[in-house]
Amino acid sequence: MIQAPPDRAPMTDTPLNRIRNFSIVAHIDHGKSTLADRLIQSTGTVALRDMKEQMLDSMDIERERGITIKAQTVRIHYKAQDGETYVLNLMDTPGHVDFAYEVSRSLAACEGSLLVVDASQGVEAQTLANVYQAIDANHEIVPVLNKIDLPAAEPERVKQQIEDVIGLDASQAVEISAKTGLNIEGVLEAIVTRLPPPTGDAKAPTKALLVDSWYDSYLGVVILVRIKDGHLRKGQKIRMMSNGATYTVDQVGVFTPKMVPVDSLGPGEMGYLTAAMKTVADTSVGDTITDDRNPAAEALPGFKDSIPVVWCGLYPVDADDFDKLRDALGKLRLNDSSFHYEQETSLALGLGYRCGFLGLLHLEIIQERLSREFNLELIATAPSVVYKLRMNSGEVEELHNPADMPDPTRIAAIEEPWIKATVFVPDEHLGAILTLCNERRGQQVELTYVGTRAMAVYRLPLNEVVFDFYDRLKSVSRGYASFDYVMDGYAESDLVKISILVNNEPVDALSFMAHRSAADKRGRQICEKLKELIPRQLFKIPIQAAIGGRVIARETISALSKDVTAKCYGGDISRKRKLLDKQKEGKKKMRQFGKVEIPQSAFIAALKMDA
Amino acid sequence: MEPLALYLHWPFCASKCPYCDFNSHVREGGVDHARFRAALRRELAHEAARLGRRPLASIFFGGGTPSLMEPETVAALIADARAHFDAAPDMEVTLEANPTSVETDKLRAFAQAGVNRASLGVQSLDAEALRFLGRQHDAPHAVAALEKARAIFPRLSFDLIYARPGQEEAAWRAELRQALALAADHLSLYQLTIEPGTRFFTEHARGAFALPAEDDAARMYEATAEEAARHGLAAYEVSNYAKPGAESRHNLAYWRYGDYLGIGPGAHQRVLAEGEMHAIRRHRAPEEWAARVEQHGHGAVESTTLTPAERGREAMLMGLRLAEGVDPARVEARAGLAFARIVDAAMLTALLEEGYLEWVEGRLVATIEGRVRLDALLPVLLR
Ligand SMILES: Nc1nc2c(ncn2[C@@H]2O[C@H](COP(=O)(O)OP(=O)(O)OP(=O)(O)O)[C@@H](O)[C@H]2O)c(=O)[nH]1
Ligand SMILES: C[S@@+](CC[C@H](N)C(=O)[O-])C[C@H]1O[C@@H](n2cnc3c(N)ncnc32)[C@H](O)[C@@H]1O
Ligand code: SF4
Ligand SMILES: [Mg+2]
Repeated sequence: MIQAPPDRAPMTDTPLNRIRNFSIVAHIDHGKSTLADRLIQSTGTVALRDMKEQMLDSMDIERERGITIKAQTVRIHYKAQDGETYVLNLMDTPGHVDFAYEVSRSLAACEGSLLVVDASQGVEAQTLANVYQAIDANHEIVPVLNKIDLPAAEPERVKQQIEDVIGLDASQAVEISAKTGLNIEGVLEAIVTRLPPPTGDAKAPTKALLVDSWYDSYLGVVILVRIKDGHLRKGQKIRMMSNGATYTVDQVGVFTPKMVPVDSLGPGEMGYLTAAMKTVADTSVGDTITDDRNPAAEALPGFKDSIPVVWCGLYPVDADDFDKLRDALGKLRLNDSSFHYEQETSLALGLGYRCGFLGLLHLEIIQERLSREFNLELIATAPSVVYKLRMNSGEVEELHNPADMPDPTRIAAIEEPWIKATVFVPDEHLGAILTLCNERRGQQVELTYVGTRAMAVYRLPLNEVVFDFYDRLKSVSRGYASFDYVMDGYAESDLVKISILVNNEPVDALSFMAHRSAADKRGRQICEKLKELIPRQLFKIPIQAAIGGRVIARETISALSKDVTAKCYGGDISRKRKLLDKQKEGKKKMRQFGKVEIPQSAFIAALKMDA
Repeated sequence: MEPLALYLHWPFCASKCPYCDFNSHVREGGVDHARFRAALRRELAHEAARLGRRPLASIFFGGGTPSLMEPETVAALIADARAHFDAAPDMEVTLEANPTSVETDKLRAFAQAGVNRASLGVQSLDAEALRFLGRQHDAPHAVAALEKARAIFPRLSFDLIYARPGQEEAAWRAELRQALALAADHLSLYQLTIEPGTRFFTEHARGAFALPAEDDAARMYEATAEEAARHGLAAYEVSNYAKPGAESRHNLAYWRYGDYLGIGPGAHQRVLAEGEMHAIRRHRAPEEWAARVEQHGHGAVESTTLTPAERGREAMLMGLRLAEGVDPARVEARAGLAFARIVDAAMLTALLEEGYLEWVEGRLVATIEGRVRLDALLPVLLR
């Protein structure tokens, strides 16, 4: 974000009762970002000519995929029907379950939520998940029925659903179309009249919540704050309460949504600060920022740590990029505290990082951001959940990487993580969903109907979900099922580690865990896939899947049948040599397995496959 | 002393074949024969002066279409070469000829000029294939040209292109048998390759036709060696077949990484002198090349000294194409580098074990299995 001169005189010391802070929450695609656009537009915060659709989705990857990944904050002014001008700080949040942590942090910075529900779709899995989070955060909640311009919109039925499924009073729900701009005024009035103002003490020592942080190429580290008590001023010496580190504030400002500097931020306000912070370690989300000379007595409760549920290794394709990868991970982590990483080494792939994510979409997005924003070519190993190994010695070890699996004879039992999944699905697709859940070792907990939609609650091993469950769910329900989950403890299970051997050498990056009942099938699938992916070479290449020393699947890549040009070269030997030199250059992008070479691209493709 | 091989390039053709990426040009307005004759002679004299007297083992007129040259040009160049160098008593003098009637009529004159070996660009004996290949002649022409050439030249070779779109192994065997019956002592049998910059390249990329699958082409390649062997022609190089003693001495100089002069537009040259391998490449555009020769005495645009590692790789990639393989001592001498620094010892062992390479009386030889996979084998074997 580039700094621009203020659009209007910065108002900073707004009386608390003229401030409203709220999050917009909803299921994916129900129209949060579009509603944010309309709110920004109708209050004249951004000139009409500068408006674009879902303008808060500022990352390329968000615009391309049409989804919100990062929560975004905008400060708008609204002259209400009561004649007063209010400051509204809105936070647009992502809808996808993998980014629930973004939602929870936004909620902690606000007092109220707009619960957007698509009036043609009704309540979906993430509607439920997000509204429960908002209730937990003690939010006042205003239901908003969106997309009533659609012929399929059924506002009355959806209101009933909100009452039945969520237990929320929907009689006062605001009916709008974010797309056409219908009744945006109604939303603004509801915000002002129905959501509570923030509380706070302007005279108390500074107390601000560190909500988010990111790296800006002009400003360096930028921190998003919510002021609880006191003020934040330019030049102020601040202290981070978690570690006592102190900084001098360079700049404070607000989002219009451009970053605009102001002199100070008062209680109840949201804005940013910069203070020559260098590293991730300097900023931890949920921390409390206070005044160094006049510190607050007690820190704010902060955030629950997010616990990664899916891990995979990330390796630079070019080993020389390792340092670049480390820097890039540091910068991304600054912007996404739900993502974890630690260094590791792989025999096949060299030096890299084992990274933890909140889900597969999260994994995919981080990987894509690394390659786009930092120009890194990466290989990701097969995703794995975290297993607990109960050793004979009585100790419990956590296994993040199947390659690290100890000798099974030392293990008394393996436990795997389970989830409780909630699936909303129209009647006619329920059968397919139940079959899918059963195939994935699911246990039914609850099955209820709301009108023509069923809500199925299942316990499932997370392992069965991380690979392709979401895609399968969408495909068997023709896109109509929605899905959300929460972690639901660990349970012992008959799990085995499957190793993949190429030319009789184990490829650590390809090993994975599976339930014994699915081991043969999964082993076969990956061997077949590799056979397709690895080009024929001078030597026959055996590919095997094995559990310990026992081979459960085998394929052989036959040797290349012919590779010579029966051609007339005359005296032009240079051309032939240059061709050879190029081939040799290409071999640098290969991984050597004895005499066999496997192109990087084959690994990447094998790892991408839906298991 | 290492004898010289002399290559002379005639860059003009009557028409451009759609598969061909050789340095060949069509000049509708006609070719200034006197000018190109003078330029070729001058460049030859220039190189000869730099090199000094050396034994000369072979001359090769290649193209383009050298059979479009005026016989007096051929005569003058052969005479010059004999004057500059010490020609071997049995010096091989080859000329590439296209089997159209105009050119066939000149064969006797070429023989009189000193050519003792003809290489005919027959390409196919199938009418349909000749049309596809955009050739100016038909099958009866080709047969007539071969018969005439056989009567005139002591040694005769011709080229065929196979593994053409839609070609089946059985049909190729039949065509090849017919060709073998035409009793040449040498054959060059090339698989059709699609070269960038040709009309076929664009058409192939557009999907206008497809080449036979890799495995089918491999089978045709084996069939080729089998049929040739049945007629007493051995595969002495990847795509060259000869009766014993009838191998192309000139081309052997390339494959054995010997010294050769390359005169004419786009010609390449490699000469080892005082321990350094000098590589020369000449300007490809005929008129531009001629202008340079007229001005500077030569048309070289690139003149480099190859590193020992480059020389080692070149010696190996050429030598392993031959059935006789390479003599490590000769490779070392030509490269100025120890054999152990040219090949990867571990891979050499693996390739020997796998049966792709073998030692035969001190020479490293690619077995049949190795030779058909040479393009994959070389990057593995060479350091
Ligand atoms: N017809 C109609 N379409 C709408 C309306 N509001 C949003 N949409 C469309 O619904 C799609 C999703 O809108 P977004 O605003 O990106 O939804 P979101 O809730 O922010 O999505 P995530 O951030 O990915 O969770 C877009 O194609 C919008 O154009 C509406 O009122 N009517
Ligand atoms: C220098 S070229 C041509 C000589 C002569 N002008 C002629 O066309 O007969 C030598 C041989 O290379 C072969 N050749 C040229 N281009 C080829 C290609 N793309 N694929 C296969 N063989 C090719 C042809 O057999 C050709 O006769
Ligand atoms: S194949 Fe021969 S005749 Fe055809 S263009 Fe090439 S050099 Fe000329
Ligand atoms: Mg959005």
